[in-house]
Amino acid sequence: MAKITAGVGSSHVPLLGVAVDQGKEKDDYFGPIFRGYDWTREWEKAEKPDVVVLVYNDHASYFDMNIVPTFAIGCGERFGICDEGWGPRPVPEVEGHPDLAWHIAQSLILDDFDMTIFNKLDVDHGLTVPLSMMFGQPEKWPCKVIPFAVNVVTYPVPSGNRCWAIGEAIKKAVESFPEDLNVQIWGTGGMSHQLQGPRAGLLNREWDNKFLDMLESDNDDVRHIPHIEYLRETGSEGIEMVMWLIMRGAMGKKVKTLHRHYHIPCSNTAIGHIVLEPAE
Amino acid sequence: MAENPTQNIHEYLAEFEDIPGTRVYTAQRARRGYWINQFAMSMMKPENRERFKKDERAYLDEWDISEEGKQALLRRDYNALLDLGGNVYYLSKLFSADGIPFAEACSTMTDMTWPEYRQMMLDGGRKPEGNRSIRENLAAAAAAAQKN
Repeated sequence: MAKITAGVGSSHVPLLGVAVDQGKEKDDYFGPIFRGYDWTREWEKAEKPDVVVLVYNDHASYFDMNIVPTFAIGCGERFGICDEGWGPRPVPEVEGHPDLAWHIAQSLILDDFDMTIFNKLDVDHGLTVPLSMMFGQPEKWPCKVIPFAVNVVTYPVPSGNRCWAIGEAIKKAVESFPEDLNVQIWGTGGMSHQLQGPRAGLLNREWDNKFLDMLESDNDDVRHIPHIEYLRETGSEGIEMVMWLIMRGAMGKKVKTLHRHYHIPCSNTAIGHIVLEPAE
Repeated sequence: MAENPTQNIHEYLAEFEDIPGTRVYTAQRARRGYWINQFAMSMMKPENRERFKKDERAYLDEWDISEEGKQALLRRDYNALLDLGGNVYYLSKLFSADGIPFAEACSTMTDMTWPEYRQMMLDGGRKPEGNRSIRENLAAAAAAAQKN
């Protein structure tokens, strides 16, 4: 049987991709950010996941205002790399796992989640930056990836509660897949940042760390944080953190924290990273 | 599964307008800014960028954007564009076409210069204190005025 063995939370700031692509990971600015991922890179080499369900959002790269799916899953064989205005990132193409992806899609729909299914999909920095952070610069990504895109741009975005619940349903779906697969789920985006208006540049170290504490907790209070609290406390783009709740929902009630890292700033953004494993 | 009580849509949306210096990308803004955002998306294609750079006004005239919107685009007045329903992820395609870093474009929406903004970020960013609620800020100012 397939099993979700771990959950990873990580920011996906585009500048981190630039740092990897230009070999700046050890300089004075990026060094303190990337050192917080050294542990995870070694751990991933030992864990060797077969598949990562990668929860991310598209930043008006492949998706435009024509179609705005709340939850979308990539069921294709492979996914191209978006040109976000300065040429596609020089990273390998992303290989999908259509059997598991279609299985999850069907299972979620039967569990009352109205999924959008993508067969053709190009992925942007929201998906490729976490891959670079966790795996560095391999010629080929070491695992298959199921892109799981969430609308966190056009309001209303899904509630934290709904994100947690769909995470629970993803866990159930994976565990009913007959093949033996080591599956991880990653929640990406955040942490505090605001990229627009006179309040741009807002960061909130205290709130972000409280959020990380809540993810580590046995209770599920974190799922009930309303949108307005994310917006007031963590900036307009801090709302991306609801995507971490999909990962946390898929972990089950209790978790063990394997690794945690926080750094301010990266460009406009607070960097957060956490590695959890189910503990039941 | 825990359920959230259904939120009142009007209350939900009204609260967004209480955040200082922030335009939440609501359906209302998304509808208003549809063509501004779709224009910005067109900047992802090199041939469109080339045509735009050659004659910005002529390129903008191909889009169903109000005169106010076109003027704001020509001025790169990003706060005005947010008011007209632009979204920063869409507008960022114009930052790229102009060849300026995202953070620098963000700084133009604040009351700081780019070097000042960059320094603020290095110093830990803008603090949430005093930046959470217009209502609370007004109440605090009124209370302070009464004290004096």
